Amino acid sequence: MSMLEAAHENDIELEGACEGSLACSTCHVIVMDVEQYNKLEDPTDEENDMLDLAFGLTETSRLGCQVIAKPELDGLRLALPAATRNFAVDGYKPKPH
Amino acid sequence: MAIFRAMIARKFSSATVRSLRVCVVGSGPAGFYTAEKMLKAHEGAEVDIIDRLPTPFGLVRSGVAPDHPETKIVTNQFSRVARNERCSFFGNVTLGSSISLYELRQIYNVVVLAYGAESDRVLGIPGEELNGVHSAREFVWWYNGHPDFSKLTPDLKSTDTAIVLGQGNVALDVARILLKPPTELAVTDIASHALAALKTSSIRKVYLVGRRGPVQAACTAKELREILAIKDLYVNIKETDLLTTSEEEEEMKNNRIRRRVFELLSKASSSAAPHPSSGQRELHFTFFRKPDKFLESDDRSGHVAGLQFEKTTLQGRDGSGNQIAAGTGQHEDLKCGLVLKSIGYTSIPVEDLPFNFPKGTVPNTEGRVLSSDFAKPDYGLYVCGWLKRGPTGIIATNLYDAEETVASISEDLEKGKLTSASIKPGREGLLQLLERRKVQVVTFSDWEKIDSEEKRLGSLKGKPREKLTTWKDLLEVTTK
Repeated sequence: MSMLEAAHENDIELEGACEGSLACSTCHVIVMDVEQYNKLEDPTDEENDMLDLAFGLTETSRLGCQVIAKPELDGLRLALPAATRNFAVDGYKPKPH
Repeated sequence: MAIFRAMIARKFSSATVRSLRVCVVGSGPAGFYTAEKMLKAHEGAEVDIIDRLPTPFGLVRSGVAPDHPETKIVTNQFSRVARNERCSFFGNVTLGSSISLYELRQIYNVVVLAYGAESDRVLGIPGEELNGVHSAREFVWWYNGHPDFSKLTPDLKSTDTAIVLGQGNVALDVARILLKPPTELAVTDIASHALAALKTSSIRKVYLVGRRGPVQAACTAKELREILAIKDLYVNIKETDLLTTSEEEEEMKNNRIRRRVFELLSKASSSAAPHPSSGQRELHFTFFRKPDKFLESDDRSGHVAGLQFEKTTLQGRDGSGNQIAAGTGQHEDLKCGLVLKSIGYTSIPVEDLPFNFPKGTVPNTEGRVLSSDFAKPDYGLYVCGWLKRGPTGIIATNLYDAEETVASISEDLEKGKLTSASIKPGREGLLQLLERRKVQVVTFSDWEKIDSEEKRLGSLKGKPREKLTTWKDLLEVTTK
């Protein structure tokens, strides 16, 4: 089960516009502990391409649909980015389309 | 009209007081995200989404390329919103002709304009009206079966070279559709008239031309990776164009998108064969060229035969910090028989709506439309999407945009800024007016008939859907 699916099963409002097909960045989550982030497998080029476009990207960001639950990740803490913070501020540079 | 009677019946039997009547104009991502968030934020809200087309979803249906089906999955979420009992979709209803903005504001407490940008920026250079010169928007709408452009009939048979002006993701889309083997397109939802034309196309060379350099190219990694991976494609990127200044190096260190795009372009340049093999399709990334004029053919009067460019260098920055391309006085001609301008879109104003013509957007503050003197908000009227911020961003950008607009609406409601807190006729009023005007309203279940029919026709051809591409066909299916 991916973190996106887990969020939906627990009524957490994590968007998933493309339903896990690596065609959007709406399920962007921030791994709160660097050690846990490092335990995850590196993102593929395809995931990185989508992360490029994620709002509020950090050094420990991942797409929730690509992080799959397993015993080694027990205790994993994920934060949802504060999206609107990055949206309409002065000097905001529009993203490409 | 059956819909109208059903609506009235529903009103009297519903226990919930529908105190807030909202109309969203435009059913693309901006419209649907706004509707979704309004429904969630206000239990008493009833939201009607109108669109001039009989089909919903805006550019998700008519803009996203046929070979990008995963990007269209978001329509599942939008469909769930449309099926919410407090939400209705009404297609074939045009702002300005079926109903005026003034009338909408009488009928609804809140009106949100989310109708996007359906026109093009123009270059304003000589020869722009020559045959064979199209905007990318028209070309995209043509291959995506938009009913306004099914008869575009771009000539793909009298030339082997196409020039695309612009290097954003739309430019890459049109280049890819021109260069990809048609057999690969045959299993997508591409419009059949476009597939037929592409199967007999003689175009083998596409130039993607930008005014500035690879560091400034507006495309993103996924799309670039994809076009570079087309089988047996010769890719040409001049090594000298890839020389960067230390300032650009610094800029790329802090900008992940730019850095990864530049790396892909560099790798493609260094791993390219020295020249194409015979019969190979070609993609050329041409940088530092600003179009000066379109050249007319000597053989075919009124038809384009190429472009004259002025070479540029980067000099200085504009107010937003972007590097500027300055002309060098040196010129270069490129021959072609087809030009696709992918230089950006612009919105279309309507009566009674303040409009910022240079920007092509509606003046607003956090989504609240400003009154004509651009000073104070005209409470009750809002904008979202490209009409609000200009034609940039991805589908998800509208998610955050809608959050901002809905937050403004909620704040205005709370503070009593909506002078008409009174009961408005809403949906019933809209349908009454449209019936008087004999407008054939297309509901969401009518769209579902179109959807089923397209999927059925598609299954006969191994396609996810076979789009209905004329107004007549689309409207006819809804009457069955």
